[in-house]
Amino acid sequence: MSEVVILAQFVDGKIAKASLELIAFGARAGSVTALVLAEVGAGPALAGQLNVGSVSEVLVLESADFAKHGVAAAAEAIASVVSEKKPAALLISSSAFGKEVAGCVAVSTDSGIITDAVDFSAELRATQLVFGGSTTVHSRITHGCSIITLRPNSIAPDMAPATPQISIKQMSVGDLAKLALTVSTQPPVTGGRPDLTEAQYIVSGGRGTNGDFGPVEALADALGAAVGASRAATDAGWYPHSLQVGQTGKTVSPQLYVACGISGAIQHRAGMQTSKTIVAINKDPDAPIFELADFGVVGDLFAVLPQVTDGVRARKS
Amino acid sequence: MPLLVSDLPTSNICNVNIAVCVKQVPDSWAEKKMVAGVLDRESAEAVLNDLDEYAVEEALRIVEAHGGNGDAGPHKITVISMGPSRATDAARKALSMGADSAIVVTDGALAGSDAIATSRVLAKVITDGNFDLVICGTESTDARMSVVPAMIAQRLNWASLTFAGSLVVAPDTGDISITRVTESGVDLIKAKLPAVVSVIEKINEPRYPSFKGIMAAKKKVMDVRDLASLSLDANTVGIVGAWSVVEDAVARPARSAGIKVVDEGNAGNALVEFLVEKKLI
Ligand SMILES: Cc1cc2nc3c(=O)[nH]c(=O)nc-3n(C[C@H](O)[C@H](O)[C@H](O)COP(=O)(O)OP(=O)(O)OC[C@H]3O[C@@H](n4cnc5c(N)ncnc54)[C@H](O)[C@@H]3O)c2cc1C
Repeated sequence: MSEVVILAQFVDGKIAKASLELIAFGARAGSVTALVLAEVGAGPALAGQLNVGSVSEVLVLESADFAKHGVAAAAEAIASVVSEKKPAALLISSSAFGKEVAGCVAVSTDSGIITDAVDFSAELRATQLVFGGSTTVHSRITHGCSIITLRPNSIAPDMAPATPQISIKQMSVGDLAKLALTVSTQPPVTGGRPDLTEAQYIVSGGRGTNGDFGPVEALADALGAAVGASRAATDAGWYPHSLQVGQTGKTVSPQLYVACGISGAIQHRAGMQTSKTIVAINKDPDAPIFELADFGVVGDLFAVLPQVTDGVRARKS
Repeated sequence: MPLLVSDLPTSNICNVNIAVCVKQVPDSWAEKKMVAGVLDRESAEAVLNDLDEYAVEEALRIVEAHGGNGDAGPHKITVISMGPSRATDAARKALSMGADSAIVVTDGALAGSDAIATSRVLAKVITDGNFDLVICGTESTDARMSVVPAMIAQRLNWASLTFAGSLVVAPDTGDISITRVTESGVDLIKAKLPAVVSVIEKINEPRYPSFKGIMAAKKKVMDVRDLASLSLDANTVGIVGAWSVVEDAVARPARSAGIKVVDEGNAGNALVEFLVEKKLI
């Protein structure tokens, strides 16, 4: 049976939901090896969380270099595993880090790469939604390992218990992976809300909030949603860039996307167009966002949102 | 090869030779379509990739902070572009913003090149030149992969400093640092030149070409090269050299607009009913 290596990533020491999704995808095409890149000593606690789905092997590489040398160190470690095991596919979650790592591994192992897939088949075929979700593309890699990055929220994780074989090795990367040094890291601000790219529900605010995200956050918290923002809102400094949705921000695909005071510029749509259900609240009846909204409210967000928040709270209690 | 930033010798690069990679892309407003599995780049109006303007601007700001380029100072900015023959238009726009000269790689065999091949071609042009610093936009508005800058760095064995929200270069010491802004947070990253940097759109506000700049650009050197002049094998690029194949591309039904209500005091409640109906709450 062919082997699929998935990169298992952790957020605050907890397995990322997107990594569990990779396990479910990988199982379609072969036996799954979960690769973990860990700080020295952190391996056992991380590996212990991979006893799910159909993971048959957990390979932990521990090195102090991963935190210091980011993408380059990770890419070198993963490339060495790909060269040694020659898996049929390498699956990584789509993120800035994940895609760059995938790209570097592709170059150093002479493999093809497909990014931002939303589906992956037993035949190693990837499905992508391109041009703002208007076209579905199926493609396949024809050279080397099939290196594919998959968007979060694309499949239900399989949480059935498993008993993988675990091995933990120490390593250090070569000099060429150490050319850039990460001096400090500031984690993203989430305000305790779900991660934007993994969230099932997102409430976003734009210029129409006029800097007051209070009503947006209140609805988000009532729904258990993440908060996103348009570029107008992040440019104004009302919300951090890390929560920007759109062409130059995050691409999201939640069950529900609520756009509040957002006009629906093409660059914003590019990041949210594939959401399952779209709701828009905007006081301009001609705002382009209404072209995609399953439910649109023409009105003042400051009047509409509190009513929605109260209604949601009432339903949930 | 240097080990750690702290161990690095002082590299005395007083004149920084910057390459800015730009791409001609279909206008993001124009409708895009696929022809035989490849993006039809001819049908849409082509423009300079928005994000690459930030890369050109950042290069200009670096040289302007240290004496200037062209007639003003010792530094040099070369625009590098790969694409159809009219990629010279995108390069010309970068020249009108203030870059010194351009290298445009165009060859029929390049059509359909993937990121692997694109990075191969750009890395070859950079190796052939005598550059210290490469600046790119983080992604092109058409392909949206964001992997080419990291791939170029990997091929050159240069430091990779990508997703830069700010950039500082010290030409006299060769020190370079960025803040890397991604969904994983904000990192401060340091290295020594030579390096490959990609910039996000928060980094600056690109200037508009001045009339003088546009006139001057017409006289600047535009070096058009084909694969043979780069000694690159045509089989390693384009559709032939691509390591992924598109099996099919199907247009998805356009999203149709749904219910639209005008708020007269009760639309919030109607929205709640809609969410219940959709089993979202
Ligand atoms: C290279 C490039 C990249 C870009 N990348 C992105 C990106 O990643 N993400 C992104 O979002 N944008 C991006 N943009 C910017 C994009 O073009 C738009 O400028 C931006 O999305 C506008 O944000 P907005 O909808 O919040 O603001 P506006 O377009 O100003 O819209 C505000 C809306 O709020 C409504 N409104 C005002 N007051 C109220 C109220 N009280 N109640 C209800 N509605 C109200 C108005 O009717 C209006 O429709 C990019 C642009 C460029 C050039």
